[in-house]
Amino acid sequence: MFQPDANACAVRRRVLRAGGVLVALALVRPALADANGLKAAIAAYSSGREAKPGRVAIDVARLVDNGNAVPITVRVDSPMTAADHVRAIALFNERNPERDVARFALSARSGRAVVSTRIRLATSQQLVAIATMSDGSLWSGAIDVIVTLAACIEGEG
Amino acid sequence: MARTLITVPQDAKRGDVVEIRVLIAHPMETGYRVGSDGKRVPRDILRRFACRLDGEVVFAAELFPAVSANPYLAFPLRVERSGTLSFTWEGDGGFAQTETAALNVA
Repeated sequence: MFQPDANACAVRRRVLRAGGVLVALALVRPALADANGLKAAIAAYSSGREAKPGRVAIDVARLVDNGNAVPITVRVDSPMTAADHVRAIALFNERNPERDVARFALSARSGRAVVSTRIRLATSQQLVAIATMSDGSLWSGAIDVIVTLAACIEGEG
Repeated sequence: MARTLITVPQDAKRGDVVEIRVLIAHPMETGYRVGSDGKRVPRDILRRFACRLDGEVVFAAELFPAVSANPYLAFPLRVERSGTLSFTWEGDGGFAQTETAALNVA
């Protein structure tokens, strides 16, 4: 029977361990890296101010069949009075060719902080909405979506 | 002129918050697609939308290529009085279109 010598086994173990580290790194890396400039785009929009997580809810299908037209609703928890209302909502994506999706300007006249539209999604990714309140504070909400048929891939039909 | 679809509730009472829905026929060409001739299809999108009530802006939006073709927007408005709503879209290549709708408040 073939018996590998102890030395070869040790080498193999080392190679496997190194491979394991590489796999672990590959899994961790996306979380560590600035996801495709998403944070940079948000920082540019909010001029570097940090948005607190909360008060913003993104309503979108978690599993998207068709990335060409994805209905999405952004809701912000706000009384929408003259003293305390949402001034703006900005929507960002992680993996489309451009980070921006849309920006909305609201006022106390809106009465409710809810905006709906339909967007394109190139692939499975994270969506982030930033709400700017009348007092200047920033709040954010995020959601991960899985896209099975991507937008932007097919040529002119 | 692009076709538009504008929905303004007609049974609103003073102080109600209504949802206004607008849709405009537009390809929203992203500028990232490649045409059948192998060349990139130039970008042609709507960049801005504004809704005004008797001239006063009550909602505005800035659109990017990630917004779907035939851009649809639904936004709230607290109605205090009747008036004329105007909806303006502006985009690449000098695109500009304005539609109006009556807002009747009981």
